[in-house]
Amino acid sequence: MKSEEITALLGEKFGEKVLETRLDGASTWSVIEPTAIREVCGFFRSDERLSMDHLELLGGVDYKDRIEVVYVLYSMKHRHRHILKCRLSREDPRLQSVESVWKVADWHERETYDMFGVAFEGHPNLRRILCPDDWEGYPLRRDYKAPKEYLGMPV
Amino acid sequence: MQSIADFLSIIPYYDQFSGLFQNLVVMLASSVIVLGFIALLAMFLVYLERKVSAHMQDRLGPMYVGGWHGWAQSIADSLKLLLKEDIIPAEADKLLFKMAPVIVFVAAFASFVVLPFGASSIVSDLNIGILYIVAVTGLAVVGIIMAGWASNNKYALYGGMRGAAQIVSYEIPAAISIMTVIIPVGSLSMVDIVTAQEGGIHNWFLFRNPFTFLAFFVYFICSLAEVNRTPFDMPEAESELVAGYHIEYSGMRFAFFFLAEYANMFVVAAIASTLFLGGWTSPLPGAWLGGPMVPGPVVFALKALLLIFVQMWLRWSLPRLRVDQLMHVCWKVMLPASLCLVLGVGYLAVFWN
Amino acid sequence: MEVDYSGEMMTLQMGPQHPSTHGVLRLELKTDGEVVHEAIPHIGYLHRCFEKHAENVDYPGVVPFADRMDYVAAMNNELGYVLAVEKLMGIEVNERVRRLRVIMAELNRIASHLLAAGTYGLDMGSFTPFLHCFRDRERILDLFEETCGARLLYNYNWIGGLMFDVLPGFEKKVIDFVDYFEPLVADLNRLLSYNYIFVKRTANVGILSPEAAISYGVTGPNLRGSGVAFDVRKDEPYLGYEEYDFDVPVGRGEFGPVGSCFDRYIVRIREVLESCKIIRQAVAKLPPGDVQEAVPKRVKPAAGEVYMRTECPRGEMGYYIVSDGGTKPYRVKVKSPCFTAMSAFREISRGAMIADIVAIVGSLDIVLGEIDR
Repeated sequence: MKSEEITALLGEKFGEKVLETRLDGASTWSVIEPTAIREVCGFFRSDERLSMDHLELLGGVDYKDRIEVVYVLYSMKHRHRHILKCRLSREDPRLQSVESVWKVADWHERETYDMFGVAFEGHPNLRRILCPDDWEGYPLRRDYKAPKEYLGMPV
Repeated sequence: MQSIADFLSIIPYYDQFSGLFQNLVVMLASSVIVLGFIALLAMFLVYLERKVSAHMQDRLGPMYVGGWHGWAQSIADSLKLLLKEDIIPAEADKLLFKMAPVIVFVAAFASFVVLPFGASSIVSDLNIGILYIVAVTGLAVVGIIMAGWASNNKYALYGGMRGAAQIVSYEIPAAISIMTVIIPVGSLSMVDIVTAQEGGIHNWFLFRNPFTFLAFFVYFICSLAEVNRTPFDMPEAESELVAGYHIEYSGMRFAFFFLAEYANMFVVAAIASTLFLGGWTSPLPGAWLGGPMVPGPVVFALKALLLIFVQMWLRWSLPRLRVDQLMHVCWKVMLPASLCLVLGVGYLAVFWN
Repeated sequence: MEVDYSGEMMTLQMGPQHPSTHGVLRLELKTDGEVVHEAIPHIGYLHRCFEKHAENVDYPGVVPFADRMDYVAAMNNELGYVLAVEKLMGIEVNERVRRLRVIMAELNRIASHLLAAGTYGLDMGSFTPFLHCFRDRERILDLFEETCGARLLYNYNWIGGLMFDVLPGFEKKVIDFVDYFEPLVADLNRLLSYNYIFVKRTANVGILSPEAAISYGVTGPNLRGSGVAFDVRKDEPYLGYEEYDFDVPVGRGEFGPVGSCFDRYIVRIREVLESCKIIRQAVAKLPPGDVQEAVPKRVKPAAGEVYMRTECPRGEMGYYIVSDGGTKPYRVKVKSPCFTAMSAFREISRGAMIADIVAIVGSLDIVLGEIDR
């Protein structure tokens, strides 16, 4: 299915919950209302025409004024791809977990939580994954200052 | 032992001492000889193993120490082990931790007492020789469990438990397959077993009848498991349990385990060649070769070395079994097989004679 | 097999330092005797902030960092990054660069699979195949050393080209290697793959069903081992892979259920032969040309973002790059194949034995440098 058709299908189904769509450039993406992300992902996963069974990537980007969470979806059956984005506030980034849709989201969401502090609601085990459990701050935020020492050891 | 006593009697005034003292000297002398033999043997076998594995793996192995093909590598290694720091974990059970390698080594050492290197080259020809060996090698289990428990390490504990389960289980089919030889010989003495096979290769129990032929393989496989060689090296499985029961040992204490392993390899190979390959007797019938020309101990050592080479060959080419598969092989394959073989041999002994 | 787990359990920490966790991985095993009730992987011991570093160096400067993620398949890692930046900037490289990149990537794939197969043999207690594999891998590393001076971390792929052209006679050496190597795969199969004990140890262990594999985002040989014929080189070709004639081997479940450790292992062995086929074709049609023809004077892509994935030896490696129009990438996010494969580990290791845990970790063929980045 072409990108145009996917975005058309998405607009038809979710309407005002799709905040922005971009079709030119190296990749095509849609921005989704954060409260609807699980619903949209569930639709992408289960709908026969889309059947996006492969969550290729889930990660955050810090744009200084907002945090974006990016979902790269791919369908092994139809061989098409679409990118979803959610824009969150930097102060209190919250988002629904899609762990129930794709199991792979489990670790990806933990990593995004670890690096950006995005709290995924409904995640069964939201702990830090790469950094130690008692690490302070979210390393991949643009304003992150690396600590001078950790538990008394120089870093 | 008799030959040692004869040798000692050339010392002036030796026969003036009391009989008890003479016996003590003989015992001391024979234990020093056995100890020296084990140390040299282990060094040689380590060198052999390194060379065999290297050539199987397309490399050269030790090449530098000592000049010619790294012949002194084992000596250097044993010196290194002697000089290494002896580390005892703070939380270990100190007494058991120190005793364990000694017990394992003693078990290996004690088996050498009844190994018949030649008609007169035997420390003591016990009338229950083979039974004694079965009993003494079983002692090693105690040491392995002690090492596993005393180290206060979970991997060591796993190794110890695996070792106990494995060695105790495999002793049963091994002992039963030994029965297949004892029945036709009618004696437990090692010398009697060998003399029953004199007269050439066709008299060896390996080729005597189909039951003893199969019993040899049953015994050989079980003996591999008893000395923890691949594919049965569960207790020390390096990719699972890191080093198993001797994970916390270092320096000389580790060397004792190491020494015991190689000594045990030789013991089981020697038993197999005594029971099935005619011990010190020449493979050729009559007195063509062997007999006076090649001394018995050399023939015996060559046979044992051949079997050790097979052990090494298997070790470097086979993967390791899993614990449940190991037990499956023991209880569902080896044990019934060895029982059937004993029945077969018994049938022949009664009705064929 | 139904096992009652109601008894008291012992926690066994496998790792971070352990011979068969393939790096610094910690597995928290809840064991009941030899049976593992649950195996919880803990990662992060090798976290080196690749993504943070990438934000602070310019575009070409990221390439050496990309090398150091999956350090046994560095050529493939940097290739993915370079292709992503080229896609972002719209750079077209010439045919010679494309073919050389394919040759290098496939040679590196063979080297990486050899390491995987060898260490898997080691995990199973078989030492000799390991050294045989390393002997052959060494010849590939010699080829790389001759070309770019490095044996492990190459920095060979540049944005828009290659660091050096190959030396004269390289083609012949590559073909000589392939001729030498192809018959040896049968040797390895005799020695390890179809060994009775090896098959018994692996064929019924660590079953990953195709549905679970897709849901867990498992890719590459691990996914194909579950019987899903999906290969980025075939299904979303890059570098002109559509011109090459090769098959995608999948797990067939010869000795047990599809998706077992054996299937994942044997897929790698078969892939090595397919790589040999690709190398032969690539060398046969290697045109002359300047390998640095399209290298830009200054790498400064316009603002935008790109997602590019390639088929690495361990699965598909995805790079999501955001550019703000500067000389440094604004954000580089890596989709690492081992990371997703490892997330499925807890599921497939349930109820296994301690020895099976080793078999499963080895069959997933993880490289911790790439999981932790």
